[in-house]
Amino acid sequence: MAAAGPLRDVAIVAFGQSDHVRTSDEHSEVEMLMPVLHQVLKQTGLKTSDIGFTCSGSSDYLAGRAFSFTMALDGVGAWPPISESHVEMDGAWALYEAWVKILTGEVDTALVYAYGKSSPGSVRDVLTRQLDPYYVAPLWPDSVALAALQAQALIDAGETDEAALAGVAARSRESALANARAQVRGSRAQGDYLVRPLRTGDAPPVSDGAAAVILAAGDRARELCERPAWIRGMDHRIEAHSLGVRDLTDSPSTRLAAEKAGAFQRPVDTAELHAPFTSQEVVLRKALGLGDEVAVNPSGGALAANPVMAAGLVRLGEAAARIHRGDSDRALAHATSGPCLQQNLVAVLEGEARG
Amino acid sequence: MPEVLKAPLIVEFPFTRSLGPVQSAFLTGLRERTVLGVKTGDGKVLVPPVEYDPVTAEEIRDLVEVGATGTVTTWAWNHEPRPGQPLDTPFAWVLVTLDGADTALLHALDVDGPEAVHTGMRVRIRWAAERVGAITDIACFEPHESAEEAQLKPYDGEFEDAVTGIVAPARLDYTYAPGRAQTGYINALAEQRAVGERCPSCRKVYVPPRGACPTCGVATDEQVEVGPAGTVTTYCIVNIKAKNTENAAIEVPYVYAHIALDGADLALHGRIAGIPYDQVRMGLRVEPVWREGGRYPDHYRPTGEPDADYETYKEMV
Repeated sequence: MAAAGPLRDVAIVAFGQSDHVRTSDEHSEVEMLMPVLHQVLKQTGLKTSDIGFTCSGSSDYLAGRAFSFTMALDGVGAWPPISESHVEMDGAWALYEAWVKILTGEVDTALVYAYGKSSPGSVRDVLTRQLDPYYVAPLWPDSVALAALQAQALIDAGETDEAALAGVAARSRESALANARAQVRGSRAQGDYLVRPLRTGDAPPVSDGAAAVILAAGDRARELCERPAWIRGMDHRIEAHSLGVRDLTDSPSTRLAAEKAGAFQRPVDTAELHAPFTSQEVVLRKALGLGDEVAVNPSGGALAANPVMAAGLVRLGEAAARIHRGDSDRALAHATSGPCLQQNLVAVLEGEARG
Repeated sequence: MPEVLKAPLIVEFPFTRSLGPVQSAFLTGLRERTVLGVKTGDGKVLVPPVEYDPVTAEEIRDLVEVGATGTVTTWAWNHEPRPGQPLDTPFAWVLVTLDGADTALLHALDVDGPEAVHTGMRVRIRWAAERVGAITDIACFEPHESAEEAQLKPYDGEFEDAVTGIVAPARLDYTYAPGRAQTGYINALAEQRAVGERCPSCRKVYVPPRGACPTCGVATDEQVEVGPAGTVTTYCIVNIKAKNTENAAIEVPYVYAHIALDGADLALHGRIAGIPYDQVRMGLRVEPVWREGGRYPDHYRPTGEPDADYETYKEMV
C-alpha cells in the first residue's frame, strides 16, 4: 500500500538567509535576523499581521545571551500579540512544528526562522553542554572530537579514507562558489589535524548567520509563489544518546525518517544534507542510498556555512529555493541535531510539472 | 559608526543532579574501583549503565560487574586538550568496550602519540587517586596487554554510603557584543546622556534601544536624546536582599521603578532613592543621580516638580 500523503498541501514559498560570517560583533541577534525576515516577507508581499503562526529555533548557550529568542521577536513585530512558538533546536524542527500547525487546519501560513551567533563563545565547548550530564559532559568532549571518533570508525570499517573526506570538502566548497551567502567559497587546503583523523578542512567554519522561510497551504501557496516547493512528507527520528550503544558508521534514524517522509518512493534529483563534518556526508549518503546522479549540497552545505541552529533550516530553504528556480523537481532536505548525527529530520520537496 | 563595544562574559553554573538507582550504583562503584553494567531484557550488558532499556524502555535493574580491562572500538587523537578534558597532555579519545560489556564507554587514553593507538587495542582503567563517585574517578585508560576476560560477576550494587547525586560545574567563556543600537546607548550613558531610537513607522522612541521596533518589526536608526528627567509609571518595594550581585550593598526596603524618561515611549528600570520608600508614587517626577566615574545612573531621585498627570504616561504603564 502506498503511504498516504500529508493531510494538506503545504509548501515552502519563500527562503531568505543572511551572509554567513565568522563574526558579527556589530549586530545583536535581532539586528542580524531582521533583514532576513524582511527578505521573505518581501518575496511574498506578506506583512507580519498576515502570518498565521510564527516559529523559531535558536539556543541561548551559543552567544551566552539569556532569552535571546524573546529579543529576536522584536524583529518580527509581535504586537498585537501573535501566535508564536520557539524550539531550543535547529530551525528545521521549528519548520516541522509550523508544518504540523498548518496540517491541523488552524492556520494557512507560517513564518519560520532561526539564527545562530557562535562568534561570542567557543562553539566546540558550548556543544558539550548538550551531552549526557552524568557520564559524558564532565569529560568535556568537544564536537570535533566526537565527530572524529565517528570518522575513525568509518575509516576502520573501510567506508572512507582521508582522501575521500578531502574530496567531500573540496566538492562542497567548490559548489559554494555559486552561493553568494556562503562563508567558505572555493576549495582550500585541508590543513592540519584538528582532532585526528579530521583536519581543518573536514570541519565546518564557525559562523554567525540567520535564515527564514515562509510556509503556505494550498491555493495560498500558489498565490505567493510561482513554483511552490510542496512538502510531500517530513519526519524526524532520534537514536540513543549514548555513543557507545550506537553503530556510528550508520544512521538508522535518517533512513527511517526518509522512509516515513516518502523519500524512497521515487528518486530525488537534489539532496541538501546537513553534514557539518565531511565524514557525516558519507554516513548520510549510505543511509539515504544517494548515488552520483543526485546533486548533493549544491549550496555548499554546512561545510561552507554553519550557523548553528540555522544550518538545518538552511538545507530545507536551499532545497526549496532550487525548486522555486526550476533547478530541481524533487529534492530531499535533511537536518541533524546532537553529536554524531544523533537526531535526523528528512523532508521531501517537489515542484509541480512545468507546462 | 563608532567601534562596537565588547566585554568578557563568563557564564558559570554548578548543576546539582540526583541519580537513579543504576546511576548511583555505577558511580559509587567507580569510587570503589568496581565497574558495574546493567543487563537489558535481551541479555546485553550496557556499560555505562542506564536506568531504562534503550530499546524497550523497560526499567532495568540487573547489575553485573565487568572488567577494568577492555578493547578500543574507535579513537581520535586530540593533540590540543581543551579545558575540562580528562588529561592536559595530548591524548586519544576512545570508546572502550570493557570485558564483559556489549557497549562502549567514552573516555581518554593516555599514550605518547597517535601511532601508539589502534582500534582493537587492549587497555585498562587508570583510577584517579581521589575518587568521589563520578565518571572522572576513571582518570583515563592506559595500554594494557591482556587476554579478554568475559567473566561476568553478579553484583548487588549495594555500597556503604552510596552517592545519590553529582555536582557538575560548567563554565563557558564569551566575549559579549551588544550590537549597534545598544552600543550607542551605552556609549551615550558614559557621557551621562540617555539616547533612544525612533521607529520610522510608528514614531515611538525606544529607550534603551534594541535595534528593532517590537511593534512594527523594523529597524530603528534615528537617535533621539531623551530625559534626563522622567516619570515613575509604576514601581515595587523590594524587601528581600539580592544575593551575589552589586545590589547586595543596597539596604532593603528600597523601591524599584519603571521610569518613562521625557521624550521616551517605553519605560526603563531604575532604583528610586532620596525619598522614603513608602512615599514613592506613580507620577513622581525623578532625575538620574550619577556616581563619580559611573557609566550609568546609580539611582533616580525626586526632582521636586509637581507629579505628572496620569494622562501623560498611562500608555506606558
